Amino acid sequence: MNNKHVAVIGGGIAGMEAASVLARQGLKVTLIEKQANTGGKLNDWDHLFPDFSSPDELVSSLATKTKDSGVNTVYNTEISRIERAGKRFELRANQDVRFYADAVLVASGFNVFDATIKEEYGYGLFGNVITSVDFEKRMKKHGQLRTIQGTAPKRVAIIHCVGSRDAKVGNTYCSKVCCITGIKQAIEISEMLPDCEVFCFYMDLRLYGSTFDSLYLQAQKRHKIQFIRGRLSEAAERADKSIQIKAEDTLQGRPLRMTVDMVILLVGMEPGASTSQLIQKNQMTVDENGFLKSTNMHCARNQSTQEGIFMAGTAICPMAVNETIENARSAATEIIHFFENHRP
Amino acid sequence: MNDLSFLKPASRQIDFDNFDDRLLLYVLQYEPSFFTCISCGGCTATCSAGNLTNFNVRKIGLWLRRGETEKLSEEIQKCMFCGKCTLVCPRDINIRNVILLIKKRIAMLKNENTPA
Repeated sequence: MNNKHVAVIGGGIAGMEAASVLARQGLKVTLIEKQANTGGKLNDWDHLFPDFSSPDELVSSLATKTKDSGVNTVYNTEISRIERAGKRFELRANQDVRFYADAVLVASGFNVFDATIKEEYGYGLFGNVITSVDFEKRMKKHGQLRTIQGTAPKRVAIIHCVGSRDAKVGNTYCSKVCCITGIKQAIEISEMLPDCEVFCFYMDLRLYGSTFDSLYLQAQKRHKIQFIRGRLSEAAERADKSIQIKAEDTLQGRPLRMTVDMVILLVGMEPGASTSQLIQKNQMTVDENGFLKSTNMHCARNQSTQEGIFMAGTAICPMAVNETIENARSAATEIIHFFENHRP
Repeated sequence: MNDLSFLKPASRQIDFDNFDDRLLLYVLQYEPSFFTCISCGGCTATCSAGNLTNFNVRKIGLWLRRGETEKLSEEIQKCMFCGKCTLVCPRDINIRNVILLIKKRIAMLKNENTPA
């Protein structure tokens, strides 16, 4: 097994974790990243839910692990094709670079929903409508939240399910991490700006993690975050750049309008743009939501519909950071089993 | 004799055992998407009629699913058929058509009950 070569596509947290586990088992591993550094989207996040820990620490510890285990990391290289070449795979990159591997792990991640598609929410039109991703980037860069006028917001509305569970944009699935992200960001705003009122507009609160509900409780008890059950129908900018939003308070059964200084849209996760490119010329298929399909969602979660090609992380479905890392380890285990059973 | 009916008030319970499905079945036949409503309230928030009167288009759907025919026939008159509810629905339900079908069915039922 030791002379086998695994190509891992994507140097985000899933790719890094899987690559280091495989390399520690003695396999030759090439980690292929399209950008100039590893860490993927985590490089943009300021704090992780539910423990407010630092993504930078996580990324740097994974980078150390990857390096120390002997993984060969290739940067600025985007794979556009995976093709079968005899018993092996040929991977083609952008600038005519080719890689050969005995097994391939696709850890190409996800795309963030483009909020300009939900035109009625005004993202890209009104300066004080931002996304949860913008929030993380701004906090990381400036360490503070300011309106476009440069003032500290006195009232913020956080909108759940933007680009998720919405047939109008073609995404009927739940991105599952947005609810807890909203609660995390609400708490951060209230800690930073104690006079700021924060409202979360939700359809259902899907707090599936074991510690997520306690964060919800904390948000209500300690931070007085207000939760309103109703989906936003539209947002409009007023002359003073504040935003007027409309929803139904469904528990009251009455329409509601509210003027806020800022709106944060909790954008969902979509299948990665590179996914559609990668599945050409091989028989990998996608599931009903456009994510890579597993041969069996219970006992072969990391096996693609093409033998020898595996998947890890959010290329399979929306996942939180801890789940992504666990999933990457399970992918590494499946690849090791594959070599033990199929390629003696 | 004294009126003692207040001693036996009508039940407030939703009675699923005597469910009036005459409207619901008709709507589902022609607009099956209606069954996927998750009561998010997007329709009510954008509703032109609902912003000025106590009309609540989400509750129309709820009453339909609970067989509350009496309440519906009066309430439905407030809809102006502007169609904004349909534009915002995340389940892609043609709500405007649902209201139209309720109206049609109520008219049909009235005709059936009117002696020739």
